[in-house]
Amino acid sequence: MVDREAVAEMVRNIKKQALEERDMLINALHQIQNRFGNYIPVEAAKVVAEELNVAESKVYEVLTFYTMFSTKPRGKYVIRVCVNLPCHVTGGRQIVETLKEALGVDFDQTTKDGLFTLERTSCLGLCGVAPVVMVNDEYYGDLTPKKVKEIIESLRARGDAK
Amino acid sequence: MPLTTSTILICAGGACISSGETSVKEALQREIRKYGLEEVVRIVETGCMGACSLGPIMVVYPEGVFYQKLTPQAAEKIVQEHLLKGRIVQEYLYKMPTGEAVPEAMDKLPFFAKQVKIATRNVGYIDPGNIEEYIARDGYFALTKVLNEMTPDQVIEEVKRSGLRGRGGAGFPTGLKWELTRKAKGDRKYVVCNADEGDPGAFMDRSVLEGDPHTVLEAMAIAGYAIGAQQGYIYVRAEYPLAIERLQIAIAQAKEYGFLGQNILGSDFSFDIEIRIGAGAFVCGEETALIASIEGRRGQPRVKPPYPAQSGVWGCPTVINNVETLACVPPIIIKGADWFRSIGTPTSPGTKVFALAGKITNTGLVEVPMGITLRELLYEIGGGSSTGKKIKAVQTGGPSGGCIPSEYFDTPVDYESLQKLGAIMGSGGMIVMDEDDCMVDVAKFFLEFTVDESCGKCTPCREGTRQMLKILEKITSGEGTEEDLDELERLGTIIKDTSLCGLGQTAPNPVLSTLRYYRHEYEAHVKEKKCPALRCKALVRYVIDPSKCVGCTACARVCPVNAISGELRKVHSIDNDVCIRCGSCIEVCRFGAISKVSP
Amino acid sequence: MSKVKSIEDLMKIKEKALKDLQLRDTGKRGKITVAMGTCGIAAGAKETLRAIVEALAENNINDISVVQSGCMGLCEVEPTIEVRLEGQEPVVYGHVTPENAKRIVKLHILGNQIVSDLLVRKGEM
Repeated sequence: MVDREAVAEMVRNIKKQALEERDMLINALHQIQNRFGNYIPVEAAKVVAEELNVAESKVYEVLTFYTMFSTKPRGKYVIRVCVNLPCHVTGGRQIVETLKEALGVDFDQTTKDGLFTLERTSCLGLCGVAPVVMVNDEYYGDLTPKKVKEIIESLRARGDAK
Repeated sequence: MPLTTSTILICAGGACISSGETSVKEALQREIRKYGLEEVVRIVETGCMGACSLGPIMVVYPEGVFYQKLTPQAAEKIVQEHLLKGRIVQEYLYKMPTGEAVPEAMDKLPFFAKQVKIATRNVGYIDPGNIEEYIARDGYFALTKVLNEMTPDQVIEEVKRSGLRGRGGAGFPTGLKWELTRKAKGDRKYVVCNADEGDPGAFMDRSVLEGDPHTVLEAMAIAGYAIGAQQGYIYVRAEYPLAIERLQIAIAQAKEYGFLGQNILGSDFSFDIEIRIGAGAFVCGEETALIASIEGRRGQPRVKPPYPAQSGVWGCPTVINNVETLACVPPIIIKGADWFRSIGTPTSPGTKVFALAGKITNTGLVEVPMGITLRELLYEIGGGSSTGKKIKAVQTGGPSGGCIPSEYFDTPVDYESLQKLGAIMGSGGMIVMDEDDCMVDVAKFFLEFTVDESCGKCTPCREGTRQMLKILEKITSGEGTEEDLDELERLGTIIKDTSLCGLGQTAPNPVLSTLRYYRHEYEAHVKEKKCPALRCKALVRYVIDPSKCVGCTACARVCPVNAISGELRKVHSIDNDVCIRCGSCIEVCRFGAISKVSP
Repeated sequence: MSKVKSIEDLMKIKEKALKDLQLRDTGKRGKITVAMGTCGIAAGAKETLRAIVEALAENNINDISVVQSGCMGLCEVEPTIEVRLEGQEPVVYGHVTPENAKRIVKLHILGNQIVSDLLVRKGEM
């Protein structure tokens, strides 16, 4: 169940920092997404609309346009692998295959134990150490299939702890 | 006065962090504590030093010794040998191809020595979290000069005279943009920094934001003064959390020291900056989409005119500048427009930061004067191919740009020369490709990106790019025809002419440019069902040479999809219907028996 | 932190910060090496190091770098330091107590005069 009051409180705090209420929408959604663990429940989005005085449809528009937001629950670790050219020519294809195989999922799917969601992303700006993945807020570069497996193992070991 | 005798500058740019900088730093700290050296050795984490392929990196002062490819073990050894005993650790020095070690790499290597650092003048030299280090290197002196000695018109005049052009890609004269915004009617105006760097292959804005955030703040304040704005936004993509953090710290410090806020430096100019975050949409780098995103709407562009200078954020006149452009402003104010003009070329003065990526030895960031040739950039500074195979082409300008074949590498790099070749400068990303890269595959790659990132608002881009992609998929799967090539050109031209915004207008460029220079590759794909670079899966088969195979079964064991069959000591064979072309078998065969052929 | 109100305020911050930064750069005029082998440390080389750095600071000398090295092999006369100045032969001093360190900075670094009673060796090895 979504704690509506808690979400409303979060939004009110964010509003205090803003010049105009509306221009904090994306910042607010990011914070809410972090709170719920990688996704934004529709309930929470409705609270945001109320607090920011914006039509629900507008919030929904924004929520569904930007690729980093999700209304569906995602894994504890969202693994975003870059699929653009600099990563591609330095071995990115193998990294993608290794990830799919090691996790047993395809893009936009979550593993059964709820730990990992695999997503594609566009260039992360770390081309100097391509190929690269982003796991939540952390980056791993200079990847090889072996390193990818090691990273997944170490994240599994962290498991539900944080 | 600190008693430090040694300072270690450790590169903490995004790339080095992804390669393990944190564990190296922690090892350093542990060893320094172990030997009681805390008072005499100081560790400073700086922004990106530029040499991403050598990371993690650190430089030990006062000798200025450059250590590369570090691990926690390396850090321990360096503390024990170098810091404690004064003995340089040869193992981790930069080595020339001849094997010679170069301790003062930052002075001697062409990668560093040939750079002229203006936008990145502080990145890699200062602690980005310490405003006083920024001040030590003339930080905030430009703002002081502007507020004490110059009128807004004089500031604009100086920027105009310098010839500074937008470094985000379009190359629009910055001074002119500021002038137009100043003249526009409106009592509320805004300055926006476009930090939504999304071009694949570009990471220079990231480095400046992470390594020298104050230069962006100072430049925005100067712009605000020039155009009459009191509020600034920095729009940063969400994929740059470190940049966001460093900017937040910098803004807080700037406020504390009085460089932002009310009555700056005792004048009656007030200016505030806030950060707005993106959420994973490349199109938000387009200025009108960016404005929509700041206003809490879908990041969809709109028709221009009106341009942001007339009507931008909340309908008010707005200046939108790229990070690198802004980073050039304080030096121009301090050293003057004439100094800036003395570098680079007459139509493209100053320097440009290039991001070298792909199959090049020295991946990373370099800032060089405009007008340098591609050859010098890629070979002398970039160190040439990283794979031992010849460099075939370089892709410039990201998904809006084009490929330049090696025959044209004596072209100087400036806005006009690249345009003539059918490419663009763009943000400065240079992706290097070698003989193993298929140009049709590359074009398909960029188009996949654009189709993914298209906002969907206008039909030419939304539908047109998708159709182009379908055709390219046909071609790379062996079902293309000659008519398809003509159709690609036709579609490409229409999409360029009729799309609403820059994303659509330039989306066909990679296809059109590869068609222009590599038509023979396209034709091989459609006429002979052959991929000359042996890249396109559907057109390539893996075959085992029976005369070389000894039946060691190494390949069969390593194949992830069990596509190889054969008994021990008997010739093996590969079922190409099952094979996923991963290349593992070739890697593991000690007899050179497996090769790729096309068709 | 009070707000910066004038260019004079800014200059003050710059000067102080610049000194800190300059400590990093390779010494343009010269280098003092303090032997930090176990024998040196046992003889008080750490205090010597401190004294040298303080003395340089007091005399506003910014272009001399101070580094450590291992034992120079002159254990009987520890603490030892080597002074290398541009255009001069390197000089090794022994028995460099904190007071002697201050003398060396005053007489040799500032005054270009070799402190003969502490001199152990002159010239390259």
